[in-house]
Amino acid sequence: MELTPDLRDCFTVPGKLALPYTYFAGRIGSRFLLALQEEHRILGVRCAGCATVLVPPRATCDRCQADLADTWVEVGPAGRVENFTVVRYADRHVPEPVPLVLALIRLDGADTPLVHRLGGMDPEAVRVGLRVTAVFAAEPRDTLLCIDHFRPLAPQPSAAGPRPQGG
Amino acid sequence: MKKNRNVGIVGVGQSVYSSHREEVNQPEMIHEAVVEALEMAGITMAEVDCVVHGNMELFEMVHQPDLWHTLGTGAWGKESLRVTTGGTTGATLAAAADHLVASGLHDVVLAIGFEKLQEGHTTGGITNMADPLWGRQLQTGALTGMTAAQMIEEFGAERAKAAAMAYRILMDANAMKNPKAHRRLGLRPDQAEELAANSPALVGELRMIHMCSQSDGACAMIFASEEKARQLCAQPAWIEDHVTAHREEMFCLFGNAPVLTTHRHCARKLFARNGIRDPRREIDLFEMYDPSAWWGLDWLREFLLLEGDEHLRMVESGAIAMDGDFPVNPSGGVIASNPIGATAMVRVAEAALQIMGRAGGHQLPRPVRRALASGFGGTMWTVLFLLASDTERQAAA
Ligand SMILES: [Zn+2]
Repeated sequence: MELTPDLRDCFTVPGKLALPYTYFAGRIGSRFLLALQEEHRILGVRCAGCATVLVPPRATCDRCQADLADTWVEVGPAGRVENFTVVRYADRHVPEPVPLVLALIRLDGADTPLVHRLGGMDPEAVRVGLRVTAVFAAEPRDTLLCIDHFRPLAPQPSAAGPRPQGG
Repeated sequence: MKKNRNVGIVGVGQSVYSSHREEVNQPEMIHEAVVEALEMAGITMAEVDCVVHGNMELFEMVHQPDLWHTLGTGAWGKESLRVTTGGTTGATLAAAADHLVASGLHDVVLAIGFEKLQEGHTTGGITNMADPLWGRQLQTGALTGMTAAQMIEEFGAERAKAAAMAYRILMDANAMKNPKAHRRLGLRPDQAEELAANSPALVGELRMIHMCSQSDGACAMIFASEEKARQLCAQPAWIEDHVTAHREEMFCLFGNAPVLTTHRHCARKLFARNGIRDPRREIDLFEMYDPSAWWGLDWLREFLLLEGDEHLRMVESGAIAMDGDFPVNPSGGVIASNPIGATAMVRVAEAALQIMGRAGGHQLPRPVRRALASGFGGTMWTVLFLLASDTERQAAA
């Protein structure tokens, strides 16, 4: 084996794949989206088998295989930041200017967290345990972005305000 | 094939096959098939040791769907494998489940094949399978007019076209008896000429009416060790043997084409290993992966090792109809329903249902003791299964 390969006159063949898709949300997912769009309500399902409230909702409990189709409960709109990450790297697939905070938010009444954007505060001030609430989009949308983002319940250092030193 | 122990199919579940399943997402659709298979086997997920899951790579543009699908498969906390071998995926899933049980690794295995073709872009996926430098420009996906052209050259246009349409109409008559089939058109033999003239041409004499559907759907099967299968099921469908063969089809273009098709290769090997001398008489039923009426017609000759025009005569005489002497695809076959990652599994599942006597409205009127089931995919990939009933196994012993 050559330890230093000779790369002279080696062609590379560029290509590109298109990956179009249309996701079918199903009845459960659609009901969740309709409640968000039309009523600004966030719904989960409750599994009697394992006494868990699951958000996002699902038709079947993955643990006990119970049918959850008619076990709707309302959760939130406030909740707790279970964990988060600050996106600092701007790339083509990042939908907005960085820094941007993505958080796992466990809504009040739910046992599982939802992934969403956190806004209206300095990214450096986000902490696990922070109380937040949903800010609904002015225009109805066909995705989870019916909730535009979550914001802190109590006033926090603003995004426009002074950043902490160091770090 | 040498087996450590025998394996029986004890449960089959299928979702309804349809062009659109907007009311369910992927794990929800799969769950329908899983529930039905568990019900037939009379067990719960607690008794399943391992889940084998598969579909076409990237067809729904989802990476590692088996992980997310745990919501509907019941695989949480269980051993699990993902298998993706293109069009043959469903049959390879059945082969993998058979290996897992026959080896003694697991007593009960659930295999799941699915596809939601309407969610993705299938031709985009398929055309990317060939070597980007040497062959990709030639890929047309699953549509090819080659077989029609060859058959017309060999048997004359009039006879070849009439036989292909007769095959298509027979398959539709079968699909009409299967409430889960996707396309149930109610075609009549007297429509043959009109269909041949008016159905849109896809490639050469391959017309829309000849071609398989694009379906959403899922199939689930439960495989059990002999001891367990006898406890669970009065008449399991025993897996006698299976053979897989494939080759890179681009090589043919470069002058290195094997004369033998993978279908004929698999059939020869399977029949030799199982002492079958006259497949047409020694086998009661064939569930064939028939992507188009032309292929179904042509492949009868390959799988049954026929010579001359016997395959055409089998179609012309109605021998492949449900009341014929060699019924093919009582389910309606792939032309009627084609959720690709499930399709090849449905062939094995339907053959099993016929042996178990659980095929419902399309159950054959006489006992099925020995059945053949095939899977097909790119590039030139065959999986051929032989299943048997207890009666057949006792007779052989
Ligand atoms: Zn549960």
